[in-house]
Amino acid sequence: MMAHKKRLGMEVSIAVSHAVQLARAEAIAAYPITPQTHIVEHLSSLVANGELDAEFVTVESEHSAMSASIGAAATGVRTYTATSSQGLALMNEILFIASAMRLPIVMTVANRALSGPLSIWNDHGDIMAARDIGWIQIFVENGQEAFDHSIMAFKIAEDHRVLMPTAVNLDGFILSHVVEAHELMDQETVDGFLPPLVPYHKLDPAKPVTMGAFAMPELYTECKMGHQVALTNSYGPILEVWREWGELTGRHYKPVETHRTEGAKVVLLIMGSLAEVAETAVDTMRDQGIPVGLVKLRLWRPFPFADLRQALAGAELVIVCDRALSLGGAAGPVQAEVRSAMYPLAKKPHILGYAVGLGGRDVQPEVFEELVQLAQAEVKKGPSEEFHIYGVRG
Amino acid sequence: MSKAWDQVTWQEIEVGGVLTEPGTARNYNTGDWRSSHPVWDKTRCIKCGVCWTVCPEAGITEQPDGYFEMNTYCKGCGICVKECVTGCIKMVLEES
Repeated sequence: MMAHKKRLGMEVSIAVSHAVQLARAEAIAAYPITPQTHIVEHLSSLVANGELDAEFVTVESEHSAMSASIGAAATGVRTYTATSSQGLALMNEILFIASAMRLPIVMTVANRALSGPLSIWNDHGDIMAARDIGWIQIFVENGQEAFDHSIMAFKIAEDHRVLMPTAVNLDGFILSHVVEAHELMDQETVDGFLPPLVPYHKLDPAKPVTMGAFAMPELYTECKMGHQVALTNSYGPILEVWREWGELTGRHYKPVETHRTEGAKVVLLIMGSLAEVAETAVDTMRDQGIPVGLVKLRLWRPFPFADLRQALAGAELVIVCDRALSLGGAAGPVQAEVRSAMYPLAKKPHILGYAVGLGGRDVQPEVFEELVQLAQAEVKKGPSEEFHIYGVRG
Repeated sequence: MSKAWDQVTWQEIEVGGVLTEPGTARNYNTGDWRSSHPVWDKTRCIKCGVCWTVCPEAGITEQPDGYFEMNTYCKGCGICVKECVTGCIKMVLEES
């Protein structure tokens, strides 16, 4: 029996805060930053109006927001926060501690470019600068996905086989400030899906423990190995939760999703909301007889190596569209990862990368059609330069 | 963790590095790398306990007879020597 399907138009940020309310978050510590503000603003109202029974900690910075989240999660309550760009950067040192302590905090990142120059607009520079924080990292493509993953993230993070903070990335403004139709859920259905949090360890005077202890050189590597194995092994439980959600709602999610990749010689690879724009472009090109497909990466950490290799198995040319730069490096972060994933294979495609949509630069469907032409021309003339910043004047 | 640190495998470390036993810091003798340590001249010590009070590392223990001695957590900083009311404490090199 599918859950009742009622579609409601609302801003994606409001839908996310509604999801957090349905998940019965018990502690929220957040600092407002554009374009994440509407999420925590609305949550603050819900708490103030008595519609959500949670402790809302109004901190003075994101460094404190993540510190307070760690403190709250350590006491064994369901903890949520949200941030963006400079806010995520200011949290940086604490993000690593949250994951090393294996605290199941859920955080929405409304992705926004990092300064400078100062930009409030969307790209993935913020999360890519925090790529190695050891969290589960998921990217969503539209409002419905943002709503769904905001609830599922708690179930994943709190699973005793996982116990890992989880970041749900949604594109700032392009998603956060757009009104979309959402299939919402009733409280009973969400309660049935997401049971109350059962802490694995918690701060409890009746049974004292030490959290966040130091490690000498003899132990640090072993601690990191445990973290690496736990994050890699979270893959199975993540899929279980997504499968259960699919059965409950009819909305199915995979670590790597494809659109018209059957027989595709050329594959565009994208994370986030731009994938929907690329779908339009792929449909147009397919209608013209160009064998182009689209691969969408949903799970960024743990990286789904096997799924990606399978999705790219028939491709001769992969065009990775990065939304962030690794200045002075070989490629954008996603391109570099995709190359690493494909390198050990005997038969591997050309993997070209184009950085698009930086700092809010609009990307129309025509851009993807042009990228396909550019990449094919480059492969033909070979050896290719392999990485370009697309659309730069001059 | 009762095993020596350099014998512990990654599988044996508790989730999140949590320490479930209290007082494990006691097992780490922080003073084992000191280069010098304090020695009390009991003929001049008045048992006032200033050394015990000012020690930042709880590295001094009161003995049953009321005099003071360093313990295995003394790092050899010498604050006790500096603050001793009667000047009865001297730092002595570890080697000697």
